[in-house]
Amino acid sequence: MAVSSVGAATLLQSCEKSPKQEVKEAEVALNYDRTEAEKIREKKLQAEKFFDDHEMKTITILGDIIIPKDETSGSASDAGVPAFIEFIVKDQPRYQTPMRGGLKWLDIQSLKRFNTDFASCTSQQQIEIVDDIAFPEKAKPEFQQGVSFFNTMRDLTACGFFTSKIGIKDLGYVGNTPNQWDGVPADVLAQYGVKYDERTLAESVKFDT
Amino acid sequence: MAAYVLANAGIKVVLLEAGPLYDPAKNVTQLKWPWESPRRGASTPYRNFGDFDAAYGGWELEGEPYTRKNGTRFDWFRSRMVGGRTNHWGRISLRFGPKDFKHKSIDGLGDDWPIGYDDVAPFYDKVDKLVGVFGSKENFENEPNGIFLPPPKPRLHELFLKDAGSALKIPVIPSRLSILTKPINKERGACFYCSQCNRGCTVHADFSSSSVLVKPAIATGNVDIIPNAMAREVLTNDEGIATGISFVNKDDMQEYTVSAKVVILAASACESARLLLNSKSSRNPNGLANASGVVGKYLHDSTGTDMGGILPKLIGRKRYNEDGVGGMHVYTPWWLDNKKLNFPRGYHIEYYGGMGMPGYGFGFGIQGTNGKYPGRDGKVKDAGGYGASLKDDYRYFYGASFGMSGRGEAIAREDNYCEIDPNTVDKFGIPVLRFHYKWSDHEIQQAKHMKETFAEIIIKTGGVITWGNDGTPANEYGLAAPGRIIHEVGTTRMGNDPKKSALNKFNQAHDCKNLFIVDGGPFVSQADKNPTWTILALSMRASEYIIDELKKQNI
Repeated sequence: MAVSSVGAATLLQSCEKSPKQEVKEAEVALNYDRTEAEKIREKKLQAEKFFDDHEMKTITILGDIIIPKDETSGSASDAGVPAFIEFIVKDQPRYQTPMRGGLKWLDIQSLKRFNTDFASCTSQQQIEIVDDIAFPEKAKPEFQQGVSFFNTMRDLTACGFFTSKIGIKDLGYVGNTPNQWDGVPADVLAQYGVKYDERTLAESVKFDT
Repeated sequence: MAAYVLANAGIKVVLLEAGPLYDPAKNVTQLKWPWESPRRGASTPYRNFGDFDAAYGGWELEGEPYTRKNGTRFDWFRSRMVGGRTNHWGRISLRFGPKDFKHKSIDGLGDDWPIGYDDVAPFYDKVDKLVGVFGSKENFENEPNGIFLPPPKPRLHELFLKDAGSALKIPVIPSRLSILTKPINKERGACFYCSQCNRGCTVHADFSSSSVLVKPAIATGNVDIIPNAMAREVLTNDEGIATGISFVNKDDMQEYTVSAKVVILAASACESARLLLNSKSSRNPNGLANASGVVGKYLHDSTGTDMGGILPKLIGRKRYNEDGVGGMHVYTPWWLDNKKLNFPRGYHIEYYGGMGMPGYGFGFGIQGTNGKYPGRDGKVKDAGGYGASLKDDYRYFYGASFGMSGRGEAIAREDNYCEIDPNTVDKFGIPVLRFHYKWSDHEIQQAKHMKETFAEIIIKTGGVITWGNDGTPANEYGLAAPGRIIHEVGTTRMGNDPKKSALNKFNQAHDCKNLFIVDGGPFVSQADKNPTWTILALSMRASEYIIDELKKQNI
């Protein structure tokens, strides 16, 4: 009890500072079980900033190239992927050097070819570079470091997207809700030409609807 | 379990817990969405099995180290909370069979238990009824029937696995998990099929000792629970009788003692051994209950290796809720005769797959998949990629992966052990454990057999192996490091001979009649089963023995 009132006091205090601060602090108050040690760590992580504005801009552009808006759902940035990437590199510091270095690699590539950083290139120029690093099996050896970076970026973007509210709806995952699980739907069993044998039907749990 | 049985018999109990209080109804992570975690459920140094997992602890604890000897490896998972590791475990609740208590008589390795299946069976029955477990009666000789609740129906990939099993003559039967598919009392609800038992259940529909045993034990009014109490040693008097426990309170770092007529250790196999070894006196220079010198020895964990793949027929599948219970709906008990094999003892197989809730790691490594199979248009793309076409690949391949893990029996050996590290203490000043553990050829050959079998099953199911098919003698066929399966047992084994065992057949110390150990420590051998159900049955049996001995004034 004492602990939760301390948390609330911190939140109130920070609200007085600025609206931006309020959002940041609100993120600290996670709505699921945290131990005291975890609360301290969450707060520390939320207060840190890793990527600078230019890096965040590049991450946002790249993220939306990887997962764009389509007829089903929004883009990576619509789903908050850049903020997830900023958080996960603080949470798992092993990502920091590959991501920071990879973004720099991208800017250097861009500078050599188009005399400007990646974010300032035209979309066409950006795609030209991405095409060189997005296909591991046909990429030229001189782009190998770029391929590694893009693999990481693709992983984090897709993961961030498909674990967001928008992404899960897009994917069609319909669980995480109380239900009475009564087996594979009949039309799916028929589609695959399988069925529950009589013993299974007799033994398995039955529900009163 | 001991606190539950004793408290219900009207005996006053003090329960010392090294971590905080925990109740999954109050400490909730169940039904949270990945986006509610800023790390989308990824593991952290404080939650090794993911941000929503119900284990306060992990492979390493701050300020509580353990060490390893002679370059050997043992990894030790500790949960510091009421209910410990039962809060997040797999709920796989298997009885040992008749052979499992008498393996030395069968293959000459290890030792027989001083008890047999018939001694434990009545307690397995009582545990089944008290806790609840679903399953099916198969009448297998060494996979005894229990008193089962109805199992859930198999999921789609599990139906395919069942068919593959029939073709390969490998049994694939309903799993046996301590999850309530039907309510068994008014205190606990029935499963609502969210597949998240590892997060703890808000309606207590699965077995955790915190909610199923400790909570009702406290409700009797006979239990005082002291959280954040890190036990230092078992206290004894001049006659060698245990008089209580000394502990450090983690909140104020002060030293306390609690006196007791009977001392029962259930701190996990290695932690209980550590307590005994640290309870030295002039009478017990090797530690308490250790005149035999076996405390800490015969440590053994289950063997484990894994493999997985893709089921091309499930690519592009129709969506529906496939969560089910927390874990597999079917499994494979050990089915072969070791006389025809080049290794002793068996393993069971656990299966997984399907349309699970996405979390951290979702979609990782798509470049290893989307260049191998034809897409919706029937054409194979270049691996990797970006854009709308890549976005659709994640949808297309979702729910088509499956995999399996073998969990087998290792031979208990004297030279696999934990002991007190002479040079290291934890932040409480308590000397820590040092481990020495090596797999032998028995376990390595068993892992090889697992890998071969998994490959056969995946192919027969119509799948393509995508990971884990990398077994070589050099990597011990993917055998997990000792400790990794978190089934470590054997450190305070029972036996009839006080020179070769720490405890008698009622979990009572040979050298200290009012000291009992009721965790995995008393196991003589592990079996190809998970240890929890046997820990519960033996703890209940020991507790009834304690009540009886107290009545007779023997202790």
